[in-house]
Amino acid sequence: MAARSRPAKQSMSDQRIIGKSVPRKEGRDKVTGAARYIDDMTLPGMLYGATVRSQIPRGIIKRISFAPQFDWDEFVVVTAKDIPGKNCIALIGDDQPCLADGKIDHPEEPILLLAHADPHLLRKAVDAVTIEYEPLPAIFTMEESEARTEIIWGTDNTFKTFLISKGDVDSVWCTADFIVEGEYTTGAQEQLYIENNGVIAAFDPQQGITVWGSLQCPYYVHKALMALCALKEDKVRVVQMETGGAFGGKEDYPSIIAGHAALLAMKSARPVKIIYDRTEDMTATTKRHPSRTRHRTAVSKDGKILGGEIDFTIDGGAYATLSSVVLSRGTIHAGGPYYWPNVRIRGKAVATNMPPHGAFRGFGAPQSLFAMERHMDRIAQTVGLSPVEIRRRNFLQPGQTTTTEQTIREEIDLSKLLDRALELSSYTAKKKRFAQENQTGPIKKGIGIATFLHGAGFTGSGERYLASVVGVEGCADGTVRVLVSSTEFGQGTNTVLCQIAAEALELPYDDVCIAQPDTNQVPNSGPTVASRTAMVVGNLVRSAALGIKQALIADGLLSDKYSPEEFRAACKHHIAKRGELRSIARYDPPPGVFWDDEKYRGEAYATFAWAVYVAEVAVDLSTYTATVKEFVALQEVGKVLHPILAKGQIIGGVAQGIGFAIYEKVVWQNGRMQNGQMTNYIMPTSADLPKIRVFFEELGNVHGAYGAKGIGELPMDGPAPAIVNAIEDALGVRFDSIPVLPEDIFETVFADGVR
Amino acid sequence: MTVPMSVASERRGKCELAFVVNGRRENIRVYPMERLLDVLRHELNLTGAKEGCGEGECGSCSILMNGELVNSCLVPALQAADAEITTIEGLAAESQLSALQSAFLECGGAQCGICTPGMILGARHLLNKNPEPNADEIREALSGNLCRCTGYAQIVEAVAQAARHRSSE
Repeated sequence: MAARSRPAKQSMSDQRIIGKSVPRKEGRDKVTGAARYIDDMTLPGMLYGATVRSQIPRGIIKRISFAPQFDWDEFVVVTAKDIPGKNCIALIGDDQPCLADGKIDHPEEPILLLAHADPHLLRKAVDAVTIEYEPLPAIFTMEESEARTEIIWGTDNTFKTFLISKGDVDSVWCTADFIVEGEYTTGAQEQLYIENNGVIAAFDPQQGITVWGSLQCPYYVHKALMALCALKEDKVRVVQMETGGAFGGKEDYPSIIAGHAALLAMKSARPVKIIYDRTEDMTATTKRHPSRTRHRTAVSKDGKILGGEIDFTIDGGAYATLSSVVLSRGTIHAGGPYYWPNVRIRGKAVATNMPPHGAFRGFGAPQSLFAMERHMDRIAQTVGLSPVEIRRRNFLQPGQTTTTEQTIREEIDLSKLLDRALELSSYTAKKKRFAQENQTGPIKKGIGIATFLHGAGFTGSGERYLASVVGVEGCADGTVRVLVSSTEFGQGTNTVLCQIAAEALELPYDDVCIAQPDTNQVPNSGPTVASRTAMVVGNLVRSAALGIKQALIADGLLSDKYSPEEFRAACKHHIAKRGELRSIARYDPPPGVFWDDEKYRGEAYATFAWAVYVAEVAVDLSTYTATVKEFVALQEVGKVLHPILAKGQIIGGVAQGIGFAIYEKVVWQNGRMQNGQMTNYIMPTSADLPKIRVFFEELGNVHGAYGAKGIGELPMDGPAPAIVNAIEDALGVRFDSIPVLPEDIFETVFADGVR
Repeated sequence: MTVPMSVASERRGKCELAFVVNGRRENIRVYPMERLLDVLRHELNLTGAKEGCGEGECGSCSILMNGELVNSCLVPALQAADAEITTIEGLAAESQLSALQSAFLECGGAQCGICTPGMILGARHLLNKNPEPNADEIREALSGNLCRCTGYAQIVEAVAQAARHRSSE
């Protein structure tokens, strides 16, 4: 199980630990129940905190009253007036208040905080606070926002726009044999990590504020708390506890709940724990942005895309939060893995009176790629080619440029990838067989494909601005410790980063551990987002690891060739002599990478992962239920660092994609989620999912640690369009909005008169 | 946060609860309608059972009570009187992982880990009733335990591996 063979010397091509499925670092604690999540932690004298939230989508707070049957002196009460610093959640902009101050912009907006030692009494007390409002007209759809009958944000309800422009689109329409138009929409999706958001905050006048929590990005919380609490850098400490799932949902929201707990802790001088229950987590925290994409494409009679216009719009909710970056990724991915000689892509994020939408695995790309891949099938039908052939004729080739005019330098052969996926899924034979079988009986089968790409790491100049720092240190017992703020929340960060350090230092995997992310202990290696950890942070871990080896060699304690025993001895000796053995690596942008933030042109990503997914569905026309029967996920993700973890990422992502396509619907009423329970928001169970077959191609990647690319988000992009393409194949009717629920199939089938 | 099933009934006063948890006899004082989940977590410091939804949907608070798999968030404490309870903490003998725990570790059955204790107890319950389940039976048996990370495949593999391991013992 463990990497027990310990050959000390090997070349890069003879990797001992990279590419091996070593045991998950924190796995033993997870299978024994010993792993410590935030709700498993208690501090002496701790109070419980709760949030009083708005019941209306938009308005002015007129009065706050407290029911007389409670002794309110027993409670800690915090309002916006108690905020020592700036009343905002510092992220990209600072438009989102930590606590509403007079004005309400969305349902469930936090207004007032309470804390008490008795959580039962606290819950009663939340209901005993009455907020009186003067309601204002609210807007709930992108169309209402664009109509600007109510201006709820800025001067035009628009958080951000992007324009990607390549070639001369206006000239292509007159030469086109076909002009294909389509509009595609995707709904909100709840991350639905099984562990709800939670934090504990403690305040000490000397040491400042400490927050422990379930979170992805310790330094995001650190930055937000400095601004909110008016504390200096060294007076804010953020510690990540074991985190029970995140998927983007714990990227920005933890700054809010941490801010709330910090305010209560500062006012009460007691530690304060806030743990959301499921309904509060679902109704008040972020979800995937709803989207609308319009395509207008000029195509030649032989199926070549001549050019096109793509309008990609997302609903950001009431505050800017991460919408500009989600929009960026969605806009850049909107053209899919195809060559567009001419294209104009407009991206727009608009404001509505909904709780802010946020990060969720894929981050805008699943939305715009759903549209692209549905649209490719529509183009195929219009031109009279198969879904396979239309894609094959338009795939990006090495040497060609993407929509942002990034030249594809790697030797990716998408046609070959497609062929392999078709073969693995028996696509051609099944398509033929289903067409015959569907002529009788209530079960209609279909098969659909999606081909797509996902950019790894931060977009454009993002990594340069982040300038991540990573440390690797030797310990007194001769083992090695990785120091990063990159967090583990299931994906395997701990394991993969330890593998990389062990490989670089030619040490056994068990000789390397990773520090708990604690801003007092670890440098800022950037947020754990954007499929960047294995690739970008991993590369820095390798550099830092090599740094301590070089230090030991320079010190004369180690020769070029060494055994693990010799390394341990050298490490111990060095620490005994100098007290510390630590190496720091900083991100250094690769030379020759060009990105223009103004024109949105250039190298959008250091590299892309590529994939072809094939979904097989059965639609039962007696229940109108679509079920995914088989699924093939083939991808090129560079070097696979850990086969079991990589496979787990793909299957898990595909499962969430299946949910996005045919199960998970957020039902809104006046901007509030109505089905904020696991009882009525339906995610796939083990009985709902098919066998998901996972295959990798490994091209390698010069930018990533040992050739790794990003992998985490990719599998979220392809399932929804592949499944909906398969449903169309089964029924012969079109679905351009997801989720596709049984009631949608019922309505569409009847409207179309299929039966 | 602890959410009582009924604050009013809970405030009527504590009563004696005697039961066996992971082979150990416990005598504690609890509110009769307190959730068994809270009693285990707060009174006995057995924090392996997790609260995911508080309404019996997700299964992350699963435990075995008299050999049956129950959602401990739905069980009033007093209903556990004289019961034999097994939590995740009761599965590993000393430092030796159970076959199921080892299989979850080896097959990638645990990612974020929050559903893992409940999932392993769900799997244990299945193997107690059906020592050699096929993949469909495993999927059916675990369909009351939600996992958002894995897409279940590696969990199903882990349970199948543990079953093979147990049958070859």
